[in-house]
Amino acid sequence: MTTHYLVLSGLLFAIGALGVLVRRNAIVVFMCVELMLNACNLAFVTFARQVGNLEGQIIAFFVMVVAAAEVVVGLAIIVTIFRTRRSASVDDANLLKY
Amino acid sequence: MESHIAEIVQHTGGVIGNSWLMIAFPLVGAFILLVFNRFTNRWGHLLGVAMSLASFVVAVLAFFELIGFGPEERRRAVHLFEFIPGMPGEPAMVDMGLLIDPLSISFALLITGVGSLIHIYSIGYMSHDEHRRRFFSYLNLFVAAMLLLVLADNYVGLFIGWEGVGLASYLLIGFWQFKPSAATAAKKAFVVNRVGDFGLLVGMFVIWTSFGTLAFKDLGAEVNGVQNGTTLAIGLLLLLGACGKSAQLPLQSWLLDAMEGPTPVSALIHAATMVTAGVYLVVRSGAFFFPEGSGAALAVSIVGAVTLLAGAIIGCAKDDIKKGLAGSTMSQIGYMMLGAGLGPAGYAFAIGHLITHGFFKANMFLGAGSVMHGMNDEVDMRKYGALRKFMPITFVTFFIGYLAIIGFPLLSGYFTKDGIIETAVHHQPILGWLAVLGAGITGFYMSRMVFMTFFGEKRWADDAHPHESPLVMTVPLMVLSLGSLGLGAYLVLNGTLYRFLSPAVGGDPAAAPEFHFVTTPGLATLALVAVGAAFAWMRYGRAEVPAVQPRGSFLTTFARRDLYGDALNESLFMRPGQWLTRLAVFFDNRGIDGIVNGLAAGIGGSSGRLRRIQTGFARTYALSIFIGAALLTGALLLVGNI
Amino acid sequence: MSPWLPILMAVPVVGAIVVALLPKGSDKLAKQVTLLVSLLTLVLTGVMAAGFKPNGDRFQFVAEYNWIPSFGVKFGVGVDGVALVLIALSVVLVPIVVLASWHDADGVKTADGTLITPKRSVKTYFSLLLVLETMMIGVFAATDIFLFYVFFEAMLIPMYFMIGSYGGAQRSYAAVKFLLYSLFGGMLMLVAVIGLYFVAGKQTFMFPELVGAIQDPVTQKWLFAGFFIAFAIKAPLWPVHTWLPDAAAQAPAGAAVLLVGVLDKVGTFGMLRFCLELFPDAAKAFTMPIVVLSVISIIYGAIVAIGQTDMKRLIAYTSISHFGFIVLGVFAMSGVAQSGAALYMVNHGFATGALFLAAGFLIARRGSPFIADYGGVQKVAPLLAGFFLVAGLAGLSLPGLSSFVSEFMVMIGTYSSAAHGSGALTVAAIISAVAVILAAVYILWMIQRTMNGPTAEPVKAFKDLNAREVWVLAPLVALIIGFGFYPKPLLDVINPSVQQTLTNVDVPTSTIAEKGTGQ
Repeated sequence: MTTHYLVLSGLLFAIGALGVLVRRNAIVVFMCVELMLNACNLAFVTFARQVGNLEGQIIAFFVMVVAAAEVVVGLAIIVTIFRTRRSASVDDANLLKY
Repeated sequence: MESHIAEIVQHTGGVIGNSWLMIAFPLVGAFILLVFNRFTNRWGHLLGVAMSLASFVVAVLAFFELIGFGPEERRRAVHLFEFIPGMPGEPAMVDMGLLIDPLSISFALLITGVGSLIHIYSIGYMSHDEHRRRFFSYLNLFVAAMLLLVLADNYVGLFIGWEGVGLASYLLIGFWQFKPSAATAAKKAFVVNRVGDFGLLVGMFVIWTSFGTLAFKDLGAEVNGVQNGTTLAIGLLLLLGACGKSAQLPLQSWLLDAMEGPTPVSALIHAATMVTAGVYLVVRSGAFFFPEGSGAALAVSIVGAVTLLAGAIIGCAKDDIKKGLAGSTMSQIGYMMLGAGLGPAGYAFAIGHLITHGFFKANMFLGAGSVMHGMNDEVDMRKYGALRKFMPITFVTFFIGYLAIIGFPLLSGYFTKDGIIETAVHHQPILGWLAVLGAGITGFYMSRMVFMTFFGEKRWADDAHPHESPLVMTVPLMVLSLGSLGLGAYLVLNGTLYRFLSPAVGGDPAAAPEFHFVTTPGLATLALVAVGAAFAWMRYGRAEVPAVQPRGSFLTTFARRDLYGDALNESLFMRPGQWLTRLAVFFDNRGIDGIVNGLAAGIGGSSGRLRRIQTGFARTYALSIFIGAALLTGALLLVGNI
Repeated sequence: MSPWLPILMAVPVVGAIVVALLPKGSDKLAKQVTLLVSLLTLVLTGVMAAGFKPNGDRFQFVAEYNWIPSFGVKFGVGVDGVALVLIALSVVLVPIVVLASWHDADGVKTADGTLITPKRSVKTYFSLLLVLETMMIGVFAATDIFLFYVFFEAMLIPMYFMIGSYGGAQRSYAAVKFLLYSLFGGMLMLVAVIGLYFVAGKQTFMFPELVGAIQDPVTQKWLFAGFFIAFAIKAPLWPVHTWLPDAAAQAPAGAAVLLVGVLDKVGTFGMLRFCLELFPDAAKAFTMPIVVLSVISIIYGAIVAIGQTDMKRLIAYTSISHFGFIVLGVFAMSGVAQSGAALYMVNHGFATGALFLAAGFLIARRGSPFIADYGGVQKVAPLLAGFFLVAGLAGLSLPGLSSFVSEFMVMIGTYSSAAHGSGALTVAAIISAVAVILAAVYILWMIQRTMNGPTAEPVKAFKDLNAREVWVLAPLVALIIGFGFYPKPLLDVINPSVQQTLTNVDVPTSTIAEKGTGQ
């Protein structure tokens, strides 16, 4: 039974990772990152159920809190970049190099 | 053979106990003249002379105190200070002290006596030089170092003096250092001497390692007549040192160039005293490392015989009066070396010849200086001629020196040189007859010099106004010529010097060699000298001397080029040395430092390339994280079988 | 517990802080304060040294304070004879260098008249100088190996800035090269220090307690190698010498004196103290390769020196030759040679110091280090030429000058050493004696080209030495001549300490030759 949940989690993670790699729009990349985090949460909850204690579920809550915080900071950065450069493409923000 | 060397006795008090004053006076003189430089300009030369004379007085007093002792007690050691201390609780490795014995006091008298005369002469000779004070300080330094050389009671002290005279010689040859030729000659003299010093230095290593001491006092007991490979090696190493200092083959090349120095220097250092230090070294070490009949002693004699011929041949072809005399000096020291290799009988004649040579050669050098003084510092004998009428005192004194050196009967050189020749013919016939031949050549080249300078026609430059030198220069000439006249007879007849020296150098005092007036080698020598002189008269006295050097035969060129000694040194040592130096510098810059800089450049270059990975594209970083994670997971799966 | 050494180390560093805190524009005051502080240190050292008992305890004026108790690291200081004379050398040289560098920090003039301005202020230079003095005293006084290591590395910092900020045209290159070379050796030494701590297992870094602690020969060899490579780079020994010519040529003359005269001695001092005593078996096992390296250094340094065109580089290469002699003496395993090596460290400091400073004064007048730019200096500046000559003669070990005694002792001790009965050391001594000839060539040829001959056009305007410069050189020359004729005061202090070292290495120490060994 848990296998199905885990396969789903893996699929979601793969979709997220692929999205991060191939999409240029910062918002979409951001949502893909969230997707990967949630895939992880699903795996945590699955394992927690299988093992029969609450630790995995607690960690899932932690991840959610961190993800929420990340959204706040991340979106703020994306909006600022968009305002100054009129673009939300991650490939355009490449000044930090060498 | 039984040794007749006397024991060395420790001595305190008296003049001998304070004989360090002999060294201290000129040393203080040099110090004052150098440190208070321009404040002493006005009276500096007088201080220099006074210090040298004071040293002479001490030497004379010490001499009289010494002959107050019986012959067996005439070797007095004076302890000065601990030079190189030993480990805690052990005796010193090197104790510095002086040894006053007949041998060293003979040298001390010669050095301070002739030295003082030359100091006085220099007052006149250097009167026009703006650096006269500096000249006197160097002269004083020389006298102090030379006295340390002969008075030290151990090899280390001797070596300090040895290098000290080398330094003084360097400074004085290069006294007119603004002339490139003088600067080069000074450097050459020092470097060539250092080759000899290498021998002396290594010789000291072997002595100390084998016998555990460097003091003359202890060596006698330690060596104790032993002869083996070690003593032979020591003898040859010391001989190398002696060759350097005494300009013997193969280290002769510096002496002729050394004539770049002022003439009093040539007289004092490069004729009368310093160059004879090699003879002193051989005689001083004679009982230990050059006993009669040993291989080392034979080597000494051979070197002497070869050099006496080489020097004489060089002397024949030189037109520069000082270089001619320098060749003669080489040759005469060759005689001394020949004698020094013949055991105690030879030592007495060698030292005797050293002393008389000190007088007559200094006499002639100063005479040459007097001629130059009157001839605007001209040294080319082809531009002299007929000077006897214009410089009577110089001529007469020079002529006495000339007669002495060619061995004119009853003059100084006759007794000492014939003594060496006779002893050599007796001990080493081949070398002895070579020495006879050398005497004939001496007769030729010295006559040539006298005829070219004082006889014949005037060949002067237009602005030459020859005149006799002032008294301050001629009085030393007179004193020295008196020595050239009678000193030889005094020292040799009755074996005076032999018996005086025998406690210091060995030799049975009862068996002093008789001097025979009529002997085969003696007559042969006289005949050859007469032939040589007559030949010189024909070529240079009666005939006209060409003002320009003629081309000359192959042999003349050979002699003019100093027997190709410089050419040999240049092709054997100097050029390969220059190549080696260039190669080493190149290797250091490109090889070793190349590797170091290459490593640095390699690291710098590769980090420069690796930096390019940071492209600034966030998705590239994401991809690399992804690949990294995938690889890590794969590796974990592979290893852990999860 | 004696407060002497901590006080000696505190005085210069306090002086350095004072100098650094002086307001801007008070350069002259900074120089005067520095001179005063360094003279005070000299006087204090003199008073302390007067109380040293040569035949007393090995380490005297001992002081120990806990520093990092959890690792047993202590601030432990104390001096034996060798350390004492080296501290004396340092504190004598510092005031001389201060006086000599009076204008060094103002900028370097080049031959074409441009001025290379220093990167930092004048007072920083003198402050660094005093910091360096503290570290020099500390490194020789440290009896705790960890403390020694700290000073060993920390000394690089002031010297790095002195070369890199106040040097000649290529100062950055030289400073970085110096730093990287030294750090490389230092890292190896750090590994060895830590290894020593754990292998010995005594919970302490104190040198006296660690002597004889390592018995296993293989461990000894590895730890020995770590220490030795660091010291060989510092010394420097062929083939890890190439940093020295660059550093010495680019550093201001005063800094070059301290670099070659004192800092490099830490390398040879370390070999004598740590390599030999901590790892005696390894030292004996490695004797031959090290002797070969040092003989190569002696001859190679001399030959390369002959071919140099830059005076300061030439002097640096002569030092490489001289350091070869010191290392040879340290590893010849004989009392005479080792005393000679310890004495050589002091004498070389004076001799090379004098030569560097005299050359520095010459270079300051013309702005060019190249020998070819000079000629005939003797005629216009006889005093300068005279001092240059005496310093040069000390460099070629003329008997009667101090360096002769030490060179003679090293060579004769090596020759007679029975450490390797095969006679290999005998051969080494004979080869090294060839350097006597080469030394005459490199010194006298340099003197001939700079001082003698016709006076070169730009040289004609030279002024002779001024009073300050005479006061810089005169004390050094006096020391060189004084110890040349009477080295006993130094040797009396050095000998017992060397004897102690050799006893720990289990080598016969007598200065009386073993008769017959040379036959």
